[in-house]
Amino acid sequence: MAHHIDIQHTAKLARLKLTEQEAVKYEAQLAKVLDYMETLEGHDLSGVELTAHAMPIYDVWREDVSVEGLDRDEALSNAPRKTAGQFLISRVVE
Amino acid sequence: MSLAAQSIASLRKQLLSKEITPTDIVKDVLTSIEKQDPSLKAYLSVDAERALADAAKADISKPLGGIPIGIKDNINVKGAPCTCASKFLAENYTAPYNATCVNQLHAAGALSLGRLNMDEFAMGSSTENSAFFASRNPWDTERVPGGSSGGSASAVGGDIAIAALGSDTGGSIRQPSAFCGCVGIKPTYGRVSRFGLVAFASSLDQIGPITKTVEDAALVLNHLCGKDGRDSTSLDAAVPDFTSGLGQDIKGLRFGLPKEYLVDGVDARIRSAVDAAITHIQGLGGIVEEISLPHTDVGIATYYVIAPAEASTNLSRFDGVRYGHRAENTKDVLDHYLTTRAEGFGPEVKRRILLGTYVLSSGYYDAYYVKAQKARTLIRKDFDEAFKKVDIVLSPTTPELPFKLGAHSDDPLSVYLADLFTIPANLAGLPGISVPCGFVEDGGTTLPVGLQMVGRALDEVTLLRAAHAYEQSTSWHLKKPR
Repeated sequence: MAHHIDIQHTAKLARLKLTEQEAVKYEAQLAKVLDYMETLEGHDLSGVELTAHAMPIYDVWREDVSVEGLDRDEALSNAPRKTAGQFLISRVVE
Repeated sequence: MSLAAQSIASLRKQLLSKEITPTDIVKDVLTSIEKQDPSLKAYLSVDAERALADAAKADISKPLGGIPIGIKDNINVKGAPCTCASKFLAENYTAPYNATCVNQLHAAGALSLGRLNMDEFAMGSSTENSAFFASRNPWDTERVPGGSSGGSASAVGGDIAIAALGSDTGGSIRQPSAFCGCVGIKPTYGRVSRFGLVAFASSLDQIGPITKTVEDAALVLNHLCGKDGRDSTSLDAAVPDFTSGLGQDIKGLRFGLPKEYLVDGVDARIRSAVDAAITHIQGLGGIVEEISLPHTDVGIATYYVIAPAEASTNLSRFDGVRYGHRAENTKDVLDHYLTTRAEGFGPEVKRRILLGTYVLSSGYYDAYYVKAQKARTLIRKDFDEAFKKVDIVLSPTTPELPFKLGAHSDDPLSVYLADLFTIPANLAGLPGISVPCGFVEDGGTTLPVGLQMVGRALDEVTLLRAAHAYEQSTSWHLKKPR
């Protein structure tokens, strides 16, 4: 079965701007990969439980006490834009 | 033999008997890098001044005292770059903290030396996806060192590092180790804290060592493991002395050979090297029998749904706000994200983000992601059944020999299929090791072959024991590239 992906829609969901050239290339490559995913149909999966993690660990808690972390300057040290001790982002509201 | 070409175990003896100092080792590694790295291209950056300063104050009374260890460039070391071989982090990122495993290594006296090349964000099997340059195989510099921890394996195999850290999501420690003639172990999922490892696929990623010998792998692993409050998936399990099984024989140990792994597409020369290794293991008293892992055929499809799905969510943190690249002159916040990410990520990363986004998107989630999670259960249960009969599962590490640069670049699917033998251990969370098991002549060069052993969850001691018994009764690990 040949798969068709709406590549520009997927790219928008992924917050990636694609050139037309990239879109054509990725669409073809991913269609081939998705064709291969058909092998998942080769076994009966009904009633099989899901595995999200190989090790059964649930609900990991710690004491609700503050621990040392990065201080403000360290947390901001790699920010491409910052102002007044805060991350500077693009305008969200006009 | 130069110091850079020696094992940790050998260097530690010489340090303790005062024949050498940590500074001697670091200087020798730095000299080797200067000579060899222009052809191997294993390192992305080396801070010689810092390494020499660390060596001068190294405490050799500690278990890894004075031993320099190269770090894959996706593991944070405070004050060092951590580019993940991506343009996104190439400029203006300096790690503000240490990964937990780096803290542990430093506490054991080791020092970090150099940042090692990789496929961008650990996505790939050749280091050709590095945004900077491809690393080379020390056995033939026209060929890839494997990946994604290709810089780590190239440096250790090429004797310009004593040992290195890698990370393994679908084989990224074991496959380059096989390609470069090194030992590489991926521990049980949860053994090593992932805190400070830049996440690719969180349910599959594990940090582990790439070394010259099995003993060295055990020595480093002794200082990587344990429960960490900063990684909720790290296991609260007792950490044994991983050297405790070394030197024991393997009489009566049971090895399983999955019949599903004996597929077409495995290079016949690799097959014959592995067959010889099996005979050798039988000669050491190991019992080898055929087993079945009936869901092997869905391993790659399962992995290439789950890993990109997790990657697409993990990499959403690269938004150009808190760290990394930020596009200039964007017109609004959406454009800021779209353009920043388009400029920052390379082609393979974009491909996997798109694939992951697609399989998680509305209408496709059940068809791909849920099915893959179910298939993952079946793969895990295959191993549960196998380990009722055997202690170790044997296979080649890779179906093919190290390939020439550029050989696979046009067809992502063909690259994905080469992960056949390494992926199942990640999906099932099991420990796996690759050890050298022979050499093959190909196109006028000699290339190493890796034997993979996969063990029970948390039973790295038996795995290392078996790998060590095999290694010590052969001479493959002693052979060096020209």
